[in-house]
Amino acid sequence: MSVIVGIDVGGTFTDLAMVAPDGRLRIAKTPTTVENQAFGVLAALEAAEVALGEVDLIVHGTTTTTNAVLERKLSKTGLITTQGFRDVLELGRRTRPQAYGMKGEFRPIIPRDLRLEVPERMDAAGTVLMPLDENAVRAAVADLLGAGCEALVIHFLHAYANPVHELRAAEIAAETWPNAFITVGHGLLSETREFERGVTAAVNASVQPLLDRYVARLRAELAGRGYSGDVLVMNGNGGMVSSSLVSREAAKTVMSGPASGVMAAAYTGRVSGHANLITYDMGGTSTDVALIRDGVAPVSNEIEIEYAMPIHVPMVDVRTVGAGGGSIARVTVAGLLEVGPESAGADPGPICYGRGGMQPTISDANLLLGRLDPEKLAVRGGVSREAVAEVFQRELGDPLGVDAETAAEAVVRLANAKMAGAIRMVSLSMGADPRDFALFAFGGAGPLHAVALARELGVPRVLVPARPGITNALGCVVADLRHDYVRTVNWPLETVELDALHALFAEQAATGAAALAAESVDIRDMRQAFSVDMQFVGQSHVVRVGLADGRPSREALRDGFDAVYWERFRVALDGIEARVVNVNCSVVGELAPVDILALIDPVGRLPEARAQGKRRVVFESGAVEVPVYWRDELPLDCVIAGPAVIEQMDTTILVEPGWQARGDAVGNLILEAGT
Amino acid sequence: MIDPITLSVIQAGLAQVCDEMDLAFSRAAFSPVIAEANDRSDGIYGAEDGSLIAQGAGGLPVFVGTMQASTAHLIRRIASGETPAPKPGDIYIVNDPYLGGTHLMDVRFARPFYRGGEIFCWLSNTGHWPDTGGSVPGGFSASATAVEQEGLRLPPVRLFKEGALDEEIYAIICSNIRVADQRIGDVKAQAAALDVGAARLEALLDRYGDDVVREAIDALRERAETQMRASIDEIADGTYASIAWIDSDGVVNEPLAIRLKVTKTRGHLRFDFGESSPPCQGPMNSVRATTLSSVYLAMRHIFPEVPISAGAFEPLEVTGIAGTFLDAEYPRPVSGCAAEVSQRIAEAVFAAVVQALPGRVTAAPAGTSGNFALGGHDPARGRDFVMYQLSGGGYGGNADHDGLANGCSTIGISKAPPIEIMEQNFPVLYHRYALREGSGGAGKHRGGLGLDYEVELLRGEARASFVMDHGRFGPQGALGGEDGAVNEVEVWQGGVRHVPEHLSKAQDIPLTAGDRVRVKTPGGGGYGDPADRDPALVAEDKRLGRV
Repeated sequence: MSVIVGIDVGGTFTDLAMVAPDGRLRIAKTPTTVENQAFGVLAALEAAEVALGEVDLIVHGTTTTTNAVLERKLSKTGLITTQGFRDVLELGRRTRPQAYGMKGEFRPIIPRDLRLEVPERMDAAGTVLMPLDENAVRAAVADLLGAGCEALVIHFLHAYANPVHELRAAEIAAETWPNAFITVGHGLLSETREFERGVTAAVNASVQPLLDRYVARLRAELAGRGYSGDVLVMNGNGGMVSSSLVSREAAKTVMSGPASGVMAAAYTGRVSGHANLITYDMGGTSTDVALIRDGVAPVSNEIEIEYAMPIHVPMVDVRTVGAGGGSIARVTVAGLLEVGPESAGADPGPICYGRGGMQPTISDANLLLGRLDPEKLAVRGGVSREAVAEVFQRELGDPLGVDAETAAEAVVRLANAKMAGAIRMVSLSMGADPRDFALFAFGGAGPLHAVALARELGVPRVLVPARPGITNALGCVVADLRHDYVRTVNWPLETVELDALHALFAEQAATGAAALAAESVDIRDMRQAFSVDMQFVGQSHVVRVGLADGRPSREALRDGFDAVYWERFRVALDGIEARVVNVNCSVVGELAPVDILALIDPVGRLPEARAQGKRRVVFESGAVEVPVYWRDELPLDCVIAGPAVIEQMDTTILVEPGWQARGDAVGNLILEAGT
Repeated sequence: MIDPITLSVIQAGLAQVCDEMDLAFSRAAFSPVIAEANDRSDGIYGAEDGSLIAQGAGGLPVFVGTMQASTAHLIRRIASGETPAPKPGDIYIVNDPYLGGTHLMDVRFARPFYRGGEIFCWLSNTGHWPDTGGSVPGGFSASATAVEQEGLRLPPVRLFKEGALDEEIYAIICSNIRVADQRIGDVKAQAAALDVGAARLEALLDRYGDDVVREAIDALRERAETQMRASIDEIADGTYASIAWIDSDGVVNEPLAIRLKVTKTRGHLRFDFGESSPPCQGPMNSVRATTLSSVYLAMRHIFPEVPISAGAFEPLEVTGIAGTFLDAEYPRPVSGCAAEVSQRIAEAVFAAVVQALPGRVTAAPAGTSGNFALGGHDPARGRDFVMYQLSGGGYGGNADHDGLANGCSTIGISKAPPIEIMEQNFPVLYHRYALREGSGGAGKHRGGLGLDYEVELLRGEARASFVMDHGRFGPQGALGGEDGAVNEVEVWQGGVRHVPEHLSKAQDIPLTAGDRVRVKTPGGGGYGDPADRDPALVAEDKRLGRV
């Protein structure tokens, strides 16, 4: 049995999960070190008492690239592009940040003076209209080097149709560029749309040096402590890549944290017999939602990580739906209660954190209602329940004409209604009815709200994994190796050359197999997933059609498209011409399975569930004294009737009246209505 | 009395019903203009007077106030017997601009929602159809002189009767519009969205009870009114005047004036347009519902936190439009009202209110949809094509920062298509797609830059049409800021430069292969005295070639 350590760096905490030599899972949680995340990683390894010499593999999820983009702390990067189009990265797609309010700002990834143009032109079919001016490329490269650029993007119009100019320009640049940080536009995703492809390439280049240095430093630190294995880094597609290769496609690591959480959810769902899940990750500032169908997390090429910042590489489709524990409640001038969208964030955070927050938040409301343990917060240096109640009375209770506790209950009720609405919108937008799913609740605050949301959504069951607070780190341990390939072709369905399509799939699969072979990790099994993106001529949105293999017939394409279109839109459109837009292949290398039952030490489990104490908790139906259990002590097959509270190190689970929690065979708690 | 907490929860519930209708419509629609550009809106309206109860947050801004007007007209016509009364499952279709509409392409569906055999409320939506017939594909004729030239005009008729599509009415529609075979996809989507709304509203009423929801609707309306009154009390009492100019109507080459006096008294704003130009010959007329809606959407840009509701419109009084081009009657052509006149009305509102609320309101944005249409025949593919390039422009400088570059129209929220997609679909080649240097109005905070593009016809022959504005007068600066650069159109025919007589509007300019069109869209107005601009920003603008 190989020893695998998963370490995920989040905004506040660095989490570790480890499959120890004895098959047990060990976990740790340490504060994230913002300046250099490696220190937090090392601290987590120490906290878990990991003997690095015995470790076979470290899998790492990092926010280095995400933070760099969001904070624009990027390496100086230059762009060489088609004459007439250097401003594409700044013009965007003619939008504004919000529908109402004519204000807003946008900072392009590469400033205008570092965006240079060269004569060259391809048409949409990939035919050269104007040859590449190689001397102009040399001059531009020299100018950008002179300006102090560390990374370079070469991005030409229609390079997805014919990359020869981009490749030649990169060759020329490589003659003088002092490092390997050269990104070509078609390199990450060979897809139509110059703004999205260009931004993706620009993000890739401008985070490459940062990620490269970070990974090198981390490897050196680990080597110094006796670790001789490889470090794999999580990608946003839910797969992982060797640290020696990762910076080449650095943009793919953006949003890897949420992706690994979803991978852990999918894995947990598969081993516990829940193939269809809505994942619900509620943290301090935001809540992330994803849909898992048949045990698989959907991947999208169209994620936008903030306003006008599309990163078009395959990423697990995780949607942020706003509210987190820090969302602020207030009463409007119209005398109505509002929750969010403003957030107290992590700093100052909710009042109860005791870091100077003075505005009522969802977390504070949970505290007042007894759903969070006031004593535990007080121990951590938070403020008293009375102080929180005073703010709720003044800010919410008085204007609404109710007491502080009623106001707090209203805040949670409204927040739940809005979150449920947002989750419904996410699932409907993916063509799914939430009632066909189980809710997989994780993150620090997820299990506190999950039952109320499930009731609101008509979801029959909630699944709370053994360690909701370290789900992302678990995702690192259970993830697969993965490479995705996309090529835009725009072939009409009726005339598509099947031989060419099959050859393209075969080429993608072979490239993927070679990429897996280049990794240092032994894989148990390799599989490919083939799909095409299709649309009706005259439409601009595409649907993804999964295929059984890489040699589909024309009928398989047509029938698949009709079926998916019907499932998604409930509209049948006969007689309208369809076309194949993109050809996609994912190549996945599977690692050995992990036993998640070990997430809670069986030694600590008691033969019978025994409440540790009682606490007064306010529900919508009124206040009740409820038993409080400690999760780690619960027998595997426990059955606990609500109302009850189940506490654990990393979260609090609220079992509402009329619901019950029972343990399943792999250590999850399943919450269902009735008995 | 209903408690404020239940009220908040029901408010969220009603908003959710509308958002789900918006989503259902966009997802199922065939046309990219609805599916991708979200040129549609869905809402819930009162049974008695059509007043707006709730409308989806993702709807196109210009529809903020039109659907309640359209629903109100329908209810009145049913009461008077002009339009047959509904049965459960019926859906009316209407696109008549003079009955609470915009241009003909904005097609409205309205479905009565029944509880206990009575109409509880109306569910209505609007979707922009790619074509409704008329003299030019797409409906934006720059030179129409009567509404009949603009397309098929439908009074309210029941397209769906007790749940079934009336094939006879539909056949008439299909015989009068272009690419009719694809329309069924949009019709089904538009009706399905109302079905989704009905199902969700049913669930909401079952949960909270009809009387509670009815009471909540009334209370929410009152509270929205309170909130709007409180908001406008940020404006000091007094009168604020402004003028906004439209280049011409496309037929007569004379500017049209929107003369506005905004008078603030306690909790009340009057928008008096009394001195504005009379109705015009060309299609730059507005209809009453669009004019009101333009005022509402401008106010929503200023106070985005006030929810959309009939109550929020209550304190806003619009006067003096009768007899002007802002309240045109049959048969005046109106195709420019939703995309252009509306934005100039909003500009007049911004220019007046910025004087009183300099912290909230921006200098004038580009304020044109920049509609360039190219229709022709592609000999290589052996088929006709119609291509649209809608483009953005600079936003106005404001108290917080410089204006955004290449922002979407004031009344829209849609993305522009990528150049690569345009070149895949049409026989054209773009030579430039760039920031328009020097176009932002100078100011303490500069106006955003417009767009500068140049496109060549590669094959065959085609005709170019333009419906744009701000060619004669740039977007207004505010508080000492300078105006943004004017819109410029150049057509290069056989190497000879040609500027349209009406500057920003022209119809059917013939092009042959190798001819080019260059468009420079307006920059935003500057905000505050340019002399007060931070020298570091001045230097940066120079270094980055923005000025």
